[in-house]
Amino acid sequence: MADPMRIRAQAQGSGAVVRVLMSHEMETGQRKDAAGKVIPAWHITDVTATHNGKQVLAAEWGPGVAKNPFLQFTVKGAKAGDKIAVTWKDNKGDTRTDEATVS
Amino acid sequence: MKTRTLAALAAAALAAGGAAAQQQPKSATQSIEEYRAMLADGNPAELFEAKGEELWKQKRGPKNASLEQCDLGKGPGVVKGAFVELPRWFADTGKVQDLESRLVTCMERLQGLNAAEIAKTPFGRGEMANVTALATWVAAESRGMPFNLPQSHAQEKVAYEVGKRIFFMRAGTHDFSCASCHGEEGKRIRLQDLPNLTKNPGDGVGFAAWPAYRVSNGQMWSMQLRLNDCYRQQRFPYPEFGSDALSALSTYLGVNARGAKSAAPTIKR
Repeated sequence: MADPMRIRAQAQGSGAVVRVLMSHEMETGQRKDAAGKVIPAWHITDVTATHNGKQVLAAEWGPGVAKNPFLQFTVKGAKAGDKIAVTWKDNKGDTRTDEATVS
Repeated sequence: MKTRTLAALAAAALAAGGAAAQQQPKSATQSIEEYRAMLADGNPAELFEAKGEELWKQKRGPKNASLEQCDLGKGPGVVKGAFVELPRWFADTGKVQDLESRLVTCMERLQGLNAAEIAKTPFGRGEMANVTALATWVAAESRGMPFNLPQSHAQEKVAYEVGKRIFFMRAGTHDFSCASCHGEEGKRIRLQDLPNLTKNPGDGVGFAAWPAYRVSNGQMWSMQLRLNDCYRQQRFPYPEFGSDALSALSTYLGVNARGAKSAAPTIKR
């Protein structure tokens, strides 16, 4: 089971700024371990975000994204009290969804 | 009337332009500071903080107990403010201990985990990863508080003196000591400013900046790992985890940092 994300969503102007910190190894599949064997790739492939259940962001990620990724985006029209949910899926089929309320 | 306003505006704009032109170009240090500020907004150390808090409250180990009765020097279970008073002398172990070795003591006594085995575990693996997460959380609970290490016990004074000698001891293939880099003002390695650790370098700098998340290798670095890395760079063998030598060195650095506000956990490039 993956560790939880930290999501902060703050109302700003006519929208909300969402900042997400994800806990993930993001192994590229190009590194070798001490024994010289290739460490298998293990990274997030899909990220989606919803605003009150309606999808507002979809992204395809690859091995080029750093470990423990940080993602920031703006949701237009989001107000305090709205729900923002973020989901990631990795290449091993693991997935994690966390939700935050806009403040 | 309108033209006059416009003229005034133009004058103001000119003045602003003049001020901007007079500004010094950004120095390398300023640019690095900006970069750090940008990073700090999404410090992944928060993930380790959350993990550490969970581990503290979770019942684990052969004794199926949590760490909530762990005494970090301010009485059982008191976490807030404990970090800025460590290392200190503990009556139950008869030793001056830093945060990490104290956490391992608690894990052995309360949870029944094997302290010697944890000490041998490499950083970032197994129980050692848990110790680092716990240390991150405990440190975060004292964020913004000034360092105030006790020096009332005789052993604490001994630790300071021993730590000072270790700090200035030159040896190894490069004939280095900690003081070679961290003994005077204004030194730097590549683009990193090196704090002068013989005195109080200030809030959130030097001793007051660890544990920290290292972006370059995506790891949470505890103070013990940080000191190990100093020894690696000096081409010394690694000191043992939780050894008296490291506690002494931490005591020296911590006492020197008295009054500096803890910024831990921070983020490093």
